[in-house]
Amino acid sequence: MGLTTPVDLSVRIGSLQLANPFIAASGCFGYGVEYAEALDLSRLGGIAVKGLFLSERQGHPPERIVETPAGMLNAIGLQGIGVHRFIAEKMPELRRLGATTIVNICGSTLDEYVELARILSDVEGVAALELNISCPNIKEGGIQFGCSLHGTHDVVSAVRKVTRLPVIPKLTPNVTDVASFARAAAEAGADAVSLVNTFLAMAIDVETRRPRLSNVVGGLSGPAIRPIAVRMVYECRQAVTIPIIGMGGIASAEDALEFFIAGATAVQVGTANFVDPFIWQKLVDGLEQYLERHAIPGVAALVGSLDTTPEHA
Amino acid sequence: MPVDVEARVIRNTRLSPDYNVIALAAPEIAAVTRPGQFVMVRPARGLDPLLRRPFSVFEILRDEDRPIGITILSKRIGPTTRLLFEAAEGDTISCLGPLGQPFALPEPDAEAWMIAGGVGLAPFATLAESLAARGIRSTLFYGARRADELFYLSWFEQRGVRLVLSTEDGSAGAHGRITVPLAAAFQAADGARVACYACGPEPMLAAVSQLAAGFGRDVQVSVERVMGCGMGGCYSCVVPMKTPDGGHHYVRSCISGPVFAGSSLVWD
Repeated sequence: MGLTTPVDLSVRIGSLQLANPFIAASGCFGYGVEYAEALDLSRLGGIAVKGLFLSERQGHPPERIVETPAGMLNAIGLQGIGVHRFIAEKMPELRRLGATTIVNICGSTLDEYVELARILSDVEGVAALELNISCPNIKEGGIQFGCSLHGTHDVVSAVRKVTRLPVIPKLTPNVTDVASFARAAAEAGADAVSLVNTFLAMAIDVETRRPRLSNVVGGLSGPAIRPIAVRMVYECRQAVTIPIIGMGGIASAEDALEFFIAGATAVQVGTANFVDPFIWQKLVDGLEQYLERHAIPGVAALVGSLDTTPEHA
Repeated sequence: MPVDVEARVIRNTRLSPDYNVIALAAPEIAAVTRPGQFVMVRPARGLDPLLRRPFSVFEILRDEDRPIGITILSKRIGPTTRLLFEAAEGDTISCLGPLGQPFALPEPDAEAWMIAGGVGLAPFATLAESLAARGIRSTLFYGARRADELFYLSWFEQRGVRLVLSTEDGSAGAHGRITVPLAAAFQAADGARVACYACGPEPMLAAVSQLAAGFGRDVQVSVERVMGCGMGGCYSCVVPMKTPDGGHHYVRSCISGPVFAGSSLVWD
């Protein structure tokens, strides 16, 4: 028997209310508008748009992706139109379509993050800022902050000072102890953390003995990484009380449930959207059915509900 | 607007030890596909291979006049094309489309040249039908490695398409690359109005674009790049497009292409 009242799929990330916990992951959904013809963007919990620098970026030459077992590597190199063109060319349509827009920002310097946060704080329709301090594919951006506890603290607290928007640093898994980075972000005033970005990885064509990516190395995503990502969300849940946005290889509602139970308040979906651009309704339906079947009133009651007590015989 | 269809395999015809044509029941896609557009296909059930692969829509299948499905021309080179080669009637294959920008059709007083290399024949069956429907005279310049890898010749002939063939081993048509008879045709065409279309390996597209440019002509090329999503989401399938300052910027071949003016791209 299901509940008589509908289950509550809404979640809160700081001051941000999402209609459901499924967010399109940055770098996997263009600027959102690419999907406007196929999908009702207002039905997604949120859209984390492709990472933006202050200026336009060319990105890496092809090949930019290669498939690997149950996953893929990418080294796109943060090709992008820059924040000003984004505001002028993409934001009006995102507003018109009612998308909950999370803008992912990247900087080469701390000042660039601050400048981006300042600019975007005045733009109508921007719901939150995700700080990309974890892209494994470019030398000069972000990762220098994401791989140092001081760097993470400094960039979060600098951005925190100039914006009232929710600030969500996106963490890299390519560190020894990701939970300590979540803690550094929380102490610096982050409203939430999102994790994990991709795992630094590599694939080689043995016939030519050349790397399969022009950038030599790239980030691994897809179902192959999911168990590691779940473990990292679980570790962060024990380290911080701010909301966690979990991601890494989610391809079904059941996959997402693992993240909620491990401690994620919301999740992002990236690679699976490439395989199935219509996955969003399936995720919502699957989550709803699960909550009804278990008589759980809403997602919030599920978050961090992992039962680690020993099983009785 | 693209749709995702769990398409039933109507039949799977092996053309050679490597090539096959697979017919898929996808009326929603067949009804709206324009020549040059593509579908993202996934025959696997599990997680390997994970991503879809792009294929030009080869033929539109009709029952009387009603569109009922599409075919795909495939060459077995990787895991997805192996599954497509081995698919049996009644299997289902996930098929997302139609996607991408179609070919621009010429004015009725022009003629059309389709230039195909190997599996690059794929977009030209639908184009040939559209051209014929407009009463446009067309020629297929079609190059392959060997005579037994030249497919669908009678299909094109039945639709009034003139054939100019070449093979690398000389077993049919001109000996060598298709650019040899093509160069002669450009020479002979003089000032005639000709719309040129090309699809095939990238070195062939580069050679055809440069050849056409030498005769003051342009060619619509259909490129094939490693593609993650087909929807503009991933930025993997980019091609270098010329910029006015003499440089280039990368554009996504899934949504800005796969059809581009050959003169607009940078060819290495």
